[in-house]
Amino acid sequence: MNNTQDTNQKRRQFLLKGAAVTAAAVAPGVMLHTAVVAKPLGEAVTDAVRWGMLIDAAKCADGCDSCVQACNDENGLDLLQKPQGQAEDLWDQQIPKWIRNVKVKDNLSGHVTNLPMMCQHCEEPPCVDVCPTTASFRRADGIVMVDRHLCIGCRYCMMACPYKARSFVHDVVEHKLTRAPRGKGCVESCNFCVHRLDDGQTTTACQDACAKEGHDAITFGDLNDPHSEVSQALKEQSSTQIRADLKLNTGVRYRGV
Amino acid sequence: MKVRAFEHGLLLALAVVLLSIASVSSAEEKAGWKNGTSLAATQEKSCVRDTAFMRRNHMEVIKHARIDTVRKGVRGVDGSLSECIVCHVNKDDKGVPIPVNQEGQFCAGCHQYVGVSLDCYQCHATVPTH
Amino acid sequence: MMKKIYFREWGLESRSYWMLLVVLAAIAAIGGLAALYMEHNGHWVTGMNNQIVWGTPHVFAIFLIVAASGALNVASIGSVFNKTIYKPLAPLSALLAIALLLGGLLVLVLDLGRPDRLIVAMTTYNFKSIFAWNIILYNGFFVIVGFYLWTVMDRKMKCYYKPAGVTAFVWRLVLTTGTGSIFGFLVARQGFDAAIMAPWFIVMSFGFGLAIYMLVLMDAFKRDQRPLGDAIMRKLKGLLAVFVAANLMFMVTFHLTNLYGTENHAFEVFIMLNGGIYTALFWIGQVLIGGLLPLAILFHPTLSISRGWLTAAAVMVVVGGWLTIYVIVIGGQAFPMAMFPGKTIIESGFYDGVDGMAASYIPSIPEVLLGLGGVAVALVVTVIGIRMLKILPISLADEVADPHASA
Ligand code: HEC
Ligand code: HEC
Ligand code: HEC
Repeated sequence: MNNTQDTNQKRRQFLLKGAAVTAAAVAPGVMLHTAVVAKPLGEAVTDAVRWGMLIDAAKCADGCDSCVQACNDENGLDLLQKPQGQAEDLWDQQIPKWIRNVKVKDNLSGHVTNLPMMCQHCEEPPCVDVCPTTASFRRADGIVMVDRHLCIGCRYCMMACPYKARSFVHDVVEHKLTRAPRGKGCVESCNFCVHRLDDGQTTTACQDACAKEGHDAITFGDLNDPHSEVSQALKEQSSTQIRADLKLNTGVRYRGV
Repeated sequence: MKVRAFEHGLLLALAVVLLSIASVSSAEEKAGWKNGTSLAATQEKSCVRDTAFMRRNHMEVIKHARIDTVRKGVRGVDGSLSECIVCHVNKDDKGVPIPVNQEGQFCAGCHQYVGVSLDCYQCHATVPTH
Repeated sequence: MMKKIYFREWGLESRSYWMLLVVLAAIAAIGGLAALYMEHNGHWVTGMNNQIVWGTPHVFAIFLIVAASGALNVASIGSVFNKTIYKPLAPLSALLAIALLLGGLLVLVLDLGRPDRLIVAMTTYNFKSIFAWNIILYNGFFVIVGFYLWTVMDRKMKCYYKPAGVTAFVWRLVLTTGTGSIFGFLVARQGFDAAIMAPWFIVMSFGFGLAIYMLVLMDAFKRDQRPLGDAIMRKLKGLLAVFVAANLMFMVTFHLTNLYGTENHAFEVFIMLNGGIYTALFWIGQVLIGGLLPLAILFHPTLSISRGWLTAAAVMVVVGGWLTIYVIVIGGQAFPMAMFPGKTIIESGFYDGVDGMAASYIPSIPEVLLGLGGVAVALVVTVIGIRMLKILPISLADEVADPHASA
């Protein structure tokens, strides 16, 4: 273990010699140190878990946008201000939204339903298929997201997404949150508050907000765990996928749509 | 016995001299980097790896962490960029953190010195936030 | 026996040459500045938004890329199908193909959100993505067509002429298929999701490329006062007519197939009846300017002989072609996606086509300038190419080009 680490370091050192001549001059004795014992690295996520969500449109209250607000707060979306001189309506079409309210009316019955729309975290995500650089990817635990270190801003994923779930950052991001970095020229979308989940939390911001309002329209959890709340709820009653005809096996399911 | 005591005293003195020379020279080292102002240094913590190793390899360490965190969901990794900033950010007189990419600050000072420019701070916070 | 055909560098008088170059370079530079402006501020300074994510730059880019592979067509007819009369036209054909592709790609790259990460695009591939394949196809196109040009111009390379010509021909077909497939694979968008997209793009490329070729040929010969006979123009004119007609046919097929499937009726109604600007551009731009009008000229017994009318027809094919791409790319995005069949969206926080309303997009000046800059780059490369290399035949007068033609 230490051995390989040491050879690795030697190799790096060799490779970097050119770049770090100055550093080498003032840092003799690198070879002498014994490798610092690394902190336990934590575990990589696996496909034992598949995060998913059930949204009960019947419980989604008309005029309530607490999930949208919560998402904006959690991910710092509303820290992005309208640039000076930009027209209000154009900016409104350009500002990123990870979750949005949609109100639909049935053409026959006239029945009106409210529901939030966001990334549906498909098992077969078209955005991942089309991404030229693998920036758009699906994590082992089912979260579809953008690796913004690889995103070149081509927007092909936005063209491919059947749910219009993705946004492009049209302006320089001045105010940033540590937990949710984001910046100009990349595409982004809902990632189930991945920073929370990785830190051991089990809820998303939108879900918490919905519960706090007393609506409880959003249930979130592990679809692979038959005992999880979301699995139980899905088992109990029927639910639908939006655009089920595309056979994308979405991780977000709806009831009452 | 007296000789022994003398010898011990001599050794001790020598050690003190050597140590102080060492500390002076290490101070010079930092001065050479024009960035000896890292808050971390004053807090008796050590870097996530050996300091000298970090000096040359921190970009690799960060990159490794980046891939682990973003693509595999591993958090609290050694090379976490946000952790670098937590430790290496400085505060002004009023205790307000100074962005690490500001001129002369720990990260930026050295990068200016060696002529590297980073795009990380287009997205990543430069002071510890939430 | 045919007369031997000699090639010579463009002999334009120095002053006119530099004037031309300066004007083109200035347009290219303005395009570059526009890109810089967009890049510096972010895309909010453009008309693009989260609904219309590909805007005017993409229309220019796709048009140029499609035209690039079409421009190579003239050379292919000569080298692959052994039509001798086309052989002297080959060098310009290859040069134009390279130039147009370069211009198109430049526009595409400069419109990226992060053009600084081009290196990522070149080194990290997702082989499931058509886009990634296209990057490879485009790079390959430069290499292969460049090599082909070399075999055409250098007698020592004669032995590679045929294989290079065939490779270039096959490559360009694959390339246009790839470009067309970018849209064909967008399953969610009704305006795009059709297998016919790929062959349709190939047919479009024939027309656009040839029209540009004819315009450049006529202009280059005229400026340098080289004879350009009717025999050759008659051939090109005939070809252009066939391509424009084929394009119209594919267009009709595309829309008829859509009408056949009930789920696409709304899209057809949008394009043909109530899509506002897109309906107008469809009928006036795509059908009239890009199809019927040039066809009328090209088939007209007297008009089609006049160089002026021929130029007009070619310009119409180019303009109509650009508008065709505009309708396909932007109209296809403006049409709201059907997310809830049997339901109408009556409110939305993200412009999901409330009451079936199309997404709005108004091209901004920087976008247009960037696109025109790409065109200018293509022309700069062409002009420098014909000036420095032996690309153009000294004469294409009838007795040189086609001695057997009864003039
Ligand atoms: C376009 C925006 C963007 C840019 C530019 C960017 N990052 Fe990130 N970075 C992100 C996002 C988004 C995450 C994911 C954060 C999360 O999920 O919590 C991230 C996470 C990381 C992480 C893991 C989380 C952490 O804090 O340790 C590291 C390390 C990292 N980035 C390093 C870098 C480095 C180094 C650069 C510059 C070379 C850089 N990033 C540039 C957006 C960006
Ligand atoms: C626990 C606090 C801590 C964390 C986290 C930390 N460092 Fe350090 N770092 C230190 C200390 C202490 C030193 C040695 C004292 C000094 O030079 O300031 C140091 C030294 C360094 C040096 C060498 C400076 C020199 O002058 O030679 C570099 C480079 C460095 N750190 C980079 C990083 C990077 C990059 C990260 C994030 C991956 C990081 N550090 C994370 C505490 C930390
Ligand atoms: C002792 C000088 C020094 C200090 C201090 C330093 N760096 Fe660096 N850093 C470098 C050098 C030199 C390079 C360029 C290496 C190369 O070109 O390969 C570099 C490169 C990087 C890169 C990779 C850039 C890229 O584009 O790939 C990152 C990320 C980085 N540094 C982060 C940090 C952070 C964060 C800190 C502060 C916590 C820091 N560095 C402090 C010297 C330093």
